Amino acid sequence: MMNFKKFAFAAALTTALVPALGITSALAAKTSLNMGMVLEPPHLDPTAGAPAAIDEVVYANIYEGLTRIGSKGEVLPALAESWDISADGKTYTFKLRSGVKYHDGSDFEATDVKFSLDRARAEGSTNAQKALFAGIESVEVVDPTTVKVMLKAPAGNFLFNMGWGDAVIVAPESADTNKTAPVGTGPFKFGNWVKGASVDLVRNDAYWGKQAGLEKATFKFISDPAAAMSAMLAGDVDAFANFPAPEAVPQLRADPRFKVVIGSTEGETILSTNNAKPPFNDVRVRRAIAHALDRQAIVDGAMFGLGTPIGTHFAPHHPAYVDLTGRYPMDIEGAKKLLAAAGHPNGFKATLKLPPPSYARRGGEIIASQLRKIGIELEIIPVEWGVWVPEVFKGKDYDLTIVSHTEPQDIGIYARDDYYFQYSSDSFKSTMEKLNAETDTQKRYALMGEAQKTITEDAVNGYLFQLAKAGVWNAKINGLWENSPVQANDLTGVSWSD
Amino acid sequence: MNTSEFFKTALRNRSFAIGLFISLLVIAMALVSYIWTPYSVIDLDIGAKLKAPNVDYWFGTDHFGRDIFSMIMVGARNSIAVALVAVFVGIGIGVPVGCWAAARGGFFDEALMRGNDVIFAFPALLSAVMITAVFGPGAINAIIAIGIFNIPVFARLARGAALSLWPRDFIMAARAAGKSSFRITWEHIVPNMTNLLIVQGTIAFALGIIQEAGLAYVGLGTQPPFPSWGKMLNEAQTMMSFAPHMAIFPGLAIVITVLGLNLLGDGLRDVLDPRIAKERS
Repeated sequence: MMNFKKFAFAAALTTALVPALGITSALAAKTSLNMGMVLEPPHLDPTAGAPAAIDEVVYANIYEGLTRIGSKGEVLPALAESWDISADGKTYTFKLRSGVKYHDGSDFEATDVKFSLDRARAEGSTNAQKALFAGIESVEVVDPTTVKVMLKAPAGNFLFNMGWGDAVIVAPESADTNKTAPVGTGPFKFGNWVKGASVDLVRNDAYWGKQAGLEKATFKFISDPAAAMSAMLAGDVDAFANFPAPEAVPQLRADPRFKVVIGSTEGETILSTNNAKPPFNDVRVRRAIAHALDRQAIVDGAMFGLGTPIGTHFAPHHPAYVDLTGRYPMDIEGAKKLLAAAGHPNGFKATLKLPPPSYARRGGEIIASQLRKIGIELEIIPVEWGVWVPEVFKGKDYDLTIVSHTEPQDIGIYARDDYYFQYSSDSFKSTMEKLNAETDTQKRYALMGEAQKTITEDAVNGYLFQLAKAGVWNAKINGLWENSPVQANDLTGVSWSD
Repeated sequence: MNTSEFFKTALRNRSFAIGLFISLLVIAMALVSYIWTPYSVIDLDIGAKLKAPNVDYWFGTDHFGRDIFSMIMVGARNSIAVALVAVFVGIGIGVPVGCWAAARGGFFDEALMRGNDVIFAFPALLSAVMITAVFGPGAINAIIAIGIFNIPVFARLARGAALSLWPRDFIMAARAAGKSSFRITWEHIVPNMTNLLIVQGTIAFALGIIQEAGLAYVGLGTQPPFPSWGKMLNEAQTMMSFAPHMAIFPGLAIVITVLGLNLLGDGLRDVLDPRIAKERS
């Protein structure tokens, strides 16, 4: 099939050129991909920032870690070919792949692994997920292709943690400039970054593994849902891993040019509550809010039915998930009684700061209308991410907000007193300590269940729904992920069929 | 010309009659919305979302199941209030500035009017975006933003009219009688420019409605849960393919209201300007 854009271009040329161009594009399958993303990353170093957009550009494309997370959330070997775990579960010996080169031509060696891990867990580290490395006692280089990692205590999810974007391996020479000129070992090299518009990646022909199917990949940043829709329809963008306008999904699904895949993400979408700020420091108030929320209405109204209601901070597709959606059934009278008992018989006023995604802006309007029924008047304050991060996330200056927590298995954030929920529970922390030390899968699941029940019992946040991944792409593209077990757009296996 | 006489002549002017009818209709709709709307615009009914126009929901429902007809009624309130206050801000500040400049003349006049030009040179929407970006979005800031844009419009108009009046004989007579320039302005100049102000006010009112819709469209006007026409259009944008009624009705509301006000303005100009009225007859 002839590509429409090339056809249009060819038609504009002289008639003599038309057949020539038409034939070449009909014979060869496309080798470039335009991938749409809603947010632009602030920089391109996944070891120095929390925004998911960084990982969504660079993870598994530019940078690789010791392990990698596959499309189903499985742990796969990456820069570590294989590993041995000592009998006590505290020493991991990684056998590294040899002959791996960074994009700048330098060799990947065991010292880079030690450098990267030590850098991430160092005192003044800017790594956004320091907790991933907190269990490491020391890292030891045995020989150029062998690294030993000693843990303080056995950690069941250590190999998974090493597959996060925050744990990728970087070279000491380029670590400081990775933000603007990323150098990794992955199947794609950094090409060009047009700030505000796009990031180009080009194929790394010296890649150690199977060559990427694409010669060039461009990530285009389109934050406006309506613009995303027109870019998709016009063919300016070939794929959106997570399409920002759920309302348009039926229309795209009906269009034979596109393939629509509704997958799962690790995004627990929650009504984050400032647990330290009155009146939200009173568990009765938080429970009243939980009783007033109608999750299905929120999923239907904000996401057009895409999403699974959740009752706790855990992904429903995970085997350890406990369905707690029935803990706080819709009960307006009960909620009012709880509010009255907490000293707010007539309700109160509060603010609801909403970041840009439609799940937040629309969900916020629905929640404001639901909470109004129990007398809580919410003033809706729309904010940009540039305001939300310093003000809400870092500054903790908020009453309520709505956000999707897309990190995988991130229930551990509830053990952090300094996290923006400002929740502090000794029983939760002790559960997490036990969980971190436990390596038996079944026992780990039981502890995860206990942790879920604790935060639901305390109604720390309003648990809304698991964000669905509305993947939309050209029907001729193969190999894009259907789910997002980690924040990533892994393009390694992507190709066009003709 | 007294009031009844005025209406007798004016209603013979077709623009004026149609414009007045539409404008009164919109105002009536806004006033009725205070006591009655078919449905609540604040309570959402997700189960009834995206219904096409039907007997229960005359203009259909939006993505939250709110009745679009009710939203347009309440939105009219908001559009009128913002535009009206903005016009009064423009008249209240612009006319004194223009008259003062005309009365004083010289360097003072130049300085005031060049200052006006600076404000005028900014595209209205841009300056409104700037103001709301600094002070935050909301209906009050939208009023201020649109009002500020109106100041130079009225200042220019008032100054022009005042300058043409100052050399006239009756003003000369007043000056010779020893009246201060303030009293002359208040007692002779301003009463003689009311016709102009009414016409310009009607047009500025129509523009204000468009600007309010524009600001709300980009998210800088009235904030949820209160509906506004511009915001309704914004929300309709990604749903046009399957719920066109979400865009059509607020769009029509804006078009019809602005058309009505413009016709009213045109009609008023014809009726109030004796020269044009004479030419026509």
